[in-house]
Amino acid sequence: MSFHGSLAQATRNTITLRGSAQLVTEFFGYAVSSILYQRGIYPPESFEQHKKYGLSVMISADHGLVQYMNGVLPQMAEWLQQGELQRLVLVITSQSTKQVLERWTFNIQTEQDALAGKRIEEKPEAAVSAEIQAIIRQITASVTFLPLLSDPCTFDLLVYTTKDSSVPKEWEDSDPRFITKAADVKLRSFTTKVHKVDALVSYRADEED
Amino acid sequence: MPQTPSRPEKGKTPSKTGLRSNQKQKAQLDRFIPARSGMNFDPATFSFLKENDQAQTADELLSPSKNAEYKNRLAEGLQLAENSSRILAFKKKAPPPPAGHENHIMGLYTNNHGPRPAKKSSRTLPTAPERVLDAPDLVDDYYLNLLDWGSNNSVAIALEAGVYLWNASSGGISTLMQCQEEDEYVTSVSWAADGKHIAVGTSSSIVQIWDADRCKQIRALKGHSARISSLSWNKTTLSSGGKDSLIIHHDVRVREHITAQLRGHALEVCGLKWSPNGQHLASGGNDNRLVVWELGGREPVHTLLGHQAAVKALAWCPFQSNLLASGGGTADRCIKFWNMHTGSLLNSVDTGSQVCALEWNRHEREILSSHGFSQNQLSLWKYPSMAKVGELTGHTARALHMSQSPDGTTVCTAAPDETLRFWNVFAEPAVATKKATSGGKSVLSSITLR
Repeated sequence: MSFHGSLAQATRNTITLRGSAQLVTEFFGYAVSSILYQRGIYPPESFEQHKKYGLSVMISADHGLVQYMNGVLPQMAEWLQQGELQRLVLVITSQSTKQVLERWTFNIQTEQDALAGKRIEEKPEAAVSAEIQAIIRQITASVTFLPLLSDPCTFDLLVYTTKDSSVPKEWEDSDPRFITKAADVKLRSFTTKVHKVDALVSYRADEED
Repeated sequence: MPQTPSRPEKGKTPSKTGLRSNQKQKAQLDRFIPARSGMNFDPATFSFLKENDQAQTADELLSPSKNAEYKNRLAEGLQLAENSSRILAFKKKAPPPPAGHENHIMGLYTNNHGPRPAKKSSRTLPTAPERVLDAPDLVDDYYLNLLDWGSNNSVAIALEAGVYLWNASSGGISTLMQCQEEDEYVTSVSWAADGKHIAVGTSSSIVQIWDADRCKQIRALKGHSARISSLSWNKTTLSSGGKDSLIIHHDVRVREHITAQLRGHALEVCGLKWSPNGQHLASGGNDNRLVVWELGGREPVHTLLGHQAAVKALAWCPFQSNLLASGGGTADRCIKFWNMHTGSLLNSVDTGSQVCALEWNRHEREILSSHGFSQNQLSLWKYPSMAKVGELTGHTARALHMSQSPDGTTVCTAAPDETLRFWNVFAEPAVATKKATSGGKSVLSSITLR
């Protein structure tokens, strides 16, 4: 595993806030890598197969990309733990026209009770894993309905945080980079009982024909 | 107005019902409001009536407490209003994909596309020539051009010192000319577009123009100092290429017939073809050069050095004006495709054998090549994939010359095995099946080749 923090969790029934933040961060890593592979943003030979969530997931082995993810994901875990992360967006942009072609949105809702340190409902990790598996499968299947990205594309990650969250100097403000005339497809969601993650993909609908 | 507020819910709008009862179907005009059609009366009446009755509810809506609640709900509905969160991006961006990277799923989308095959892709190629004629004393010289099928459906073939015309419609044979001098032989023949005149090049370096109907020589064009290996017509201009490595344009109408002398080759010019639109002349030489000339130009437009042997086989594409196919001799064996506008090499295929002649199929995107050692075959290729459709064998010596019929269905080949063979290779599938059902016997017995 290249850019995921060690997560040596035995099967437990309660997921702590810290554990949940790590679980969600790990999911983001796999989901982003899956999207980049499935949408053909990077050459397929730069990806490696990993067994995860009962699936084989493609993980990028590209040095630059690993570095980028290693810079982004730990901060994401930090924010998740503070309950400050509201949304993660993967924006796919055409390299030549700079037009936003696809927008993968992960909405995050944090259980306020968990932040306050109260005991929360129990959920086995296996159940969470099964829910995540369904999302990764949907990402794989999305190739069938999303328009072909024929131009070379780049991607960027946008993070929606609360107004008052502390921002490290490696981060800068960005515009939401919405797609005009977008079509939305809602994907499945999963919850760790601490964090609930909803997935959604928007794509330019007018170029379909 | 007498209407009650409940009235509009009944389906009919209040203003219309009111007007209708008063004015029936007449134009909805009065002296205060001349044109009602352009106005939004129905909603206006509705809100006008509502205003009095529901003034109280409107007040409630505007009250500060309600307003705050509304705002809250609105924010809730939008979930994350713009000002409630901060959008951040990592300053160090992800690396762009490597240059030249192409989306691998493109294959999924494009593999099935391709041009839809208009006709069925497989068709039966004849395995044997449709007709074989004797061609005794055909000179076995790669650099000569001894066969041409004219627009009058007459095949001209030069057999040593004589030129013979074989009428493909009637099957009649006539002798056009015989060389007068001893050891003189015919080195090239070419029909003019009108099908009445034929140019004959001889080893005595004279180009003769003959009237085919009367079998009478009209002109003798001098200018070369060695044998005339190649001839090509462009309207009234006859271009000739000789062993003296010159190309000469003759205007056959005027007394001073030489209009230009083109020097672009170092050795014998054995291939010469004007493009169908008459704008470009391609010439191939024994110096392995392929040179392209423009109409009226004295200097080469392109000198193409791709071939490793003499370039005799030249064919302009009938469906793509800038495309030229050329074939090389024994040391080269390649068919090359050139873009004449840029002079760039588009494709090159090693055929494994000397390329003697090339003919495009006018009905399909195919090109036929005739070859020498070892098979002496004709190969039919798909263009642009250059997949081999089939091979026609029959000649026992290299198929030096090739020419297609004016209707573009039959190809005639001449080889030093002293035969002239006719192949029904370009026939359209529909035509071919029709012929097959009517019986092969009738085709052979009847004189017509088409």
